[in-house]
This record gives sequence, structure tokens and C-alpha cells, in this order.
Amino acid sequence: MRAQFVASEVGNGLRRNLTMTLAVIITVAVSLTLFGVSLLVRAQVDTMKDFWYDKVEVSIFLCADGSDTSSCVGGEVTRAQRDQIRADLESLRPLVVEIYYESREEAFIRFQEQFANSPIVDSVGENALPESFRIKLSDPTQYDVVASAFSGRPGIEQVNDQRQVLDKFFRLLGGLQAVALIIAIVMLVVTVLLIVNTMRVAAFSRRRETSIMRLVGASNLYIQLPFLLEAAVSAGIGALLAVGGLILTKTIVIDQILAPSFQFTAFVGWEAVLAIAPLLLLVGIGLSAIAAFFTLRKYLRV
Amino acid sequence: MILFDNVTKVYPNQTRPALEDASLEIEKGEFVFLVGPSGSGKSTFLRLVLREERPTSGNVWVLGKDLMRLSNWKIPALRREIGTVFQDFRLLPNKTVFENVAFALEVIGKPKSHIRKVVPEVLEVVGLEGKEGRRPDELSGGEQQRVAIARAFVNRPKVLIADEPTGNLDPGTSVGIMKLLDRINRLGTTVIMSTHDAQIVDQMRRRVIELEHGHVVRDQSRGVYGYAR
Repeated sequence: MRAQFVASEVGNGLRRNLTMTLAVIITVAVSLTLFGVSLLVRAQVDTMKDFWYDKVEVSIFLCADGSDTSSCVGGEVTRAQRDQIRADLESLRPLVVEIYYESREEAFIRFQEQFANSPIVDSVGENALPESFRIKLSDPTQYDVVASAFSGRPGIEQVNDQRQVLDKFFRLLGGLQAVALIIAIVMLVVTVLLIVNTMRVAAFSRRRETSIMRLVGASNLYIQLPFLLEAAVSAGIGALLAVGGLILTKTIVIDQILAPSFQFTAFVGWEAVLAIAPLLLLVGIGLSAIAAFFTLRKYLRV
Repeated sequence: MILFDNVTKVYPNQTRPALEDASLEIEKGEFVFLVGPSGSGKSTFLRLVLREERPTSGNVWVLGKDLMRLSNWKIPALRREIGTVFQDFRLLPNKTVFENVAFALEVIGKPKSHIRKVVPEVLEVVGLEGKEGRRPDELSGGEQQRVAIARAFVNRPKVLIADEPTGNLDPGTSVGIMKLLDRINRLGTTVIMSTHDAQIVDQMRRRVIELEHGHVVRDQSRGVYGYAR
């Protein structure tokens, strides 16, 4: 196999078919960028889950005077009930990692701090907020264990899982990611079709050469390799552009726009970009090579 | 060398066989004319030898290989032993004479040093020394066919197939091409040539195989083009 001959064939082919080559490069770049961004969104959701699930708590709100839940008909929670709840929580270790009792006063102070600049503060009285147990679970997905054990018990008004609120948000992000992924896959299909067409045109425009190659006994590999490499090179360039797009997304959209405005949450780091980039190259070059291979089997038979 | 054993070829969607129950043998070093009207099966015969087609039934042996059993990846090796020349030359217009001949060696992976050595040799054999740098459109028809013959012969094939090589040439030029094919034959290569040119066949007095409607109707050593003229 003479590398120089193959390389010059590839170069000639790409130049002769310049518009098609550009079209392939651009579609590969766009579809893979979308693909990469959708993967980045998923990584972002995972990062946020890690970040927030560490901080979420299950809150057990205790009955206060005037609570109208059925479990609160006995009026305000009694000392005995409260002690029993605490003992039961203790028995749930090691699932329950931390137990923290928050009195009405503490709840009010915390509320004031949280909404320090909001007019809501003035409309809430000192006793309006219920006392509660705040507990942290070793595995936040095991919320149901706590909920089934405590909700509806006399003296407990409500068992509340912060995770469920977050999950709605994550589901929204997940939906966005799925849409991006579907668009990316559709684009990738379009890319494959375009590569197939490009190969057909290339095979047709070089049918003189290839027919002579067949006659003088060139091996299939020798005949097809330039075409395969052409597809791989143009797809490779497109994939590199997509990696560039991904890096831009990270530096500009995430680091410069999103991160300063949303400081309360974590954002994906460079390791996610580093993990996605090779995947983009692999998918780009692999797809094009497969598309080219099957096209050539049809159009460049022995 | 080449053996056809009751070979029948029916193309898809056609009822009449292009070649029917053809049996013949061509020995090493022979010079064979293949004659017959258009559609008589000459091209099918040549395509079967090149394994561009497979027979519908019967066996084809070429250079000791049973083409019915030859796997696809071995076809290129077979074709390296068979040179091919066509009526329409089939040269690459954007390559020079040298490059056109070298192309046949490049694509089978021969090293550059080998190419630089053998291409001038074969160009001398076909009488094109000094024209290495010309492009096909700067050559006469006869010269273009010489380039094609050089390309077919540069790898020193055991068999040379010529499909109406003089079909596009005037009689004077044709004689030159025939002398060249004769010379190649004398260098030890079996030559199979299909033709409509009665004059050439009559002059050369070599073996003649005549096909008609896919049947071998005549096989004559030192034959002439035909009786019914």
C-alpha cells in the first residue's frame, strides 16, 4: 500500500468535490455540536443533582395550633408525640444521617433571613411557622421509607421532600435535553444521507479511474480507501469544529453567562467537555466511514 | 490456460442465452481471434474470462483457477495476470502517457523505484519512447491504443485480452497495432482478440473461434475471418 498515492487521491477527491465536501463538513459540525450540547446538558443535570441532593432534606412539619389536617385533630403536637417521633427517627439510622429539630422561633428567624429583602416578612407572624424535624438521608431516593412511616401520624401535619421540587426542575431540563438529542439524531441521519450522496457523486465522477483500477487488479481496499478516507477526513474536520463549538459553549455560555448569574448552583466542569469531545470525534468519523463503506459496496463492486 | 466447459450464460431478464453450451480450450502462448457478428457472445466470453460475470452453468478455468469457486477477494490477483485493451482505449485524459501506464502499477501497490524502471521499458516495447510527457488528447488514435496496450502489458500478464482493439483505427494504423500484439504474443503472452476486421484475421492466419447466437460455430487453427463473404 503506497500511502503517498492514497493521500494524493484523497486530496484530489476533496478538492474536486469541494462544495459537497463543505456541505458534509458543515452538517457534521452542526449535528455533532447539537449532539455534544445535549450530552453537556445531561452532564449538567447530573452535576446539579449531585450538588442539590447533597443539600436536600426531608422536613416533617409538626401540628400547630389551628392546623386542619386530619392527623392534627388532637390539636398542637404534644411533648410525648414529639419525643416518640424523634425516637422513631433515631431507629431509622443509618438511612437517617442527621436529625435536626427546628422550633417555631428558629423557623421564624430562618424565614426572616431567607426573605430579608422581601415585603413577605412583615405579613408573617412569629407563630405562623410550624416546628419541624429536618432530616438528612444517606440515600435521598429512599424518601418513601420516611414518608410511609410518618405521614398521617397523629401530631404530624405534613412530610415534605425537597427533592420532589427539584425533580420537577430536573425533569424539565431532562425534557430539553431529550429534544436536543432528538434533533441531533435527526441531523445525524441527514448527515449520513448527505455523505451517502456525496460518495455516490464521487464514485460516479471517478468511474473511469475506478473501472481501470478494477481491470488492472487493484484490490477493493485500494479502490475504496481513498473514498473512505475522504469521508472520514471531511467528517473529522466537521467533528473538530463541533468540539470547538462545545468548548465555546462551555467558556461563553456556561462560564461567562450562566455561572455568574446563577451562583447558587454548580455547573459542569471541563471534565465533562473532555469526556464528550472524543465521543463526538468517534461518532463523526465512525458514522461517515460506515455510511461510505455501505455506499461503496453498492457502487464500487468488483 | 483457459478452459470453457459447457458454459452457458443467461443475463437476468433475458430469455436467450448470450453464450450457450460453449466448450473450448486456449493453450499457453496462443494467439486467438474471436469473430462473429455483434451480439454473438464475444464480449460475454471475454467478461467471463475476466470474471466480470459468472456463468449460469458450466465451468470456466483461467490460469489454473476454477472461476466458479474463486472467492471475491481473489479476483484482483487473477486480473493482475490478465491485461485488457478496449476499442475506446480508456485512458485517463488528465494524466500523461507515463502516468497512465504508471497508474496500473500504482494501484496494485508497486514501489516507485519499480515503476520508474519498468514504465520506460514497456513504452519502448510499444514504440512510444519520447512521448512519455504527452497527454492522450495530444496523441493519434493509434498512439493512444499503444498507451493502452503498454498499460495492459506493463505488469507482464500471462493473458492479454483485446476487445476490438482496431475498431476505432484506420487500416494502416491497425496493421501497426497488430504487429505490436504479435510481438507481445511472441514474448510469451497469450492473446485473445475479438474483432470484426476480416482483413486482419485473414492476414495473420492464426486460430479463429467464431461465435454465432452464443454458440461456437467454428474453431480453426490458422483460420480466416469467414466463408460467407
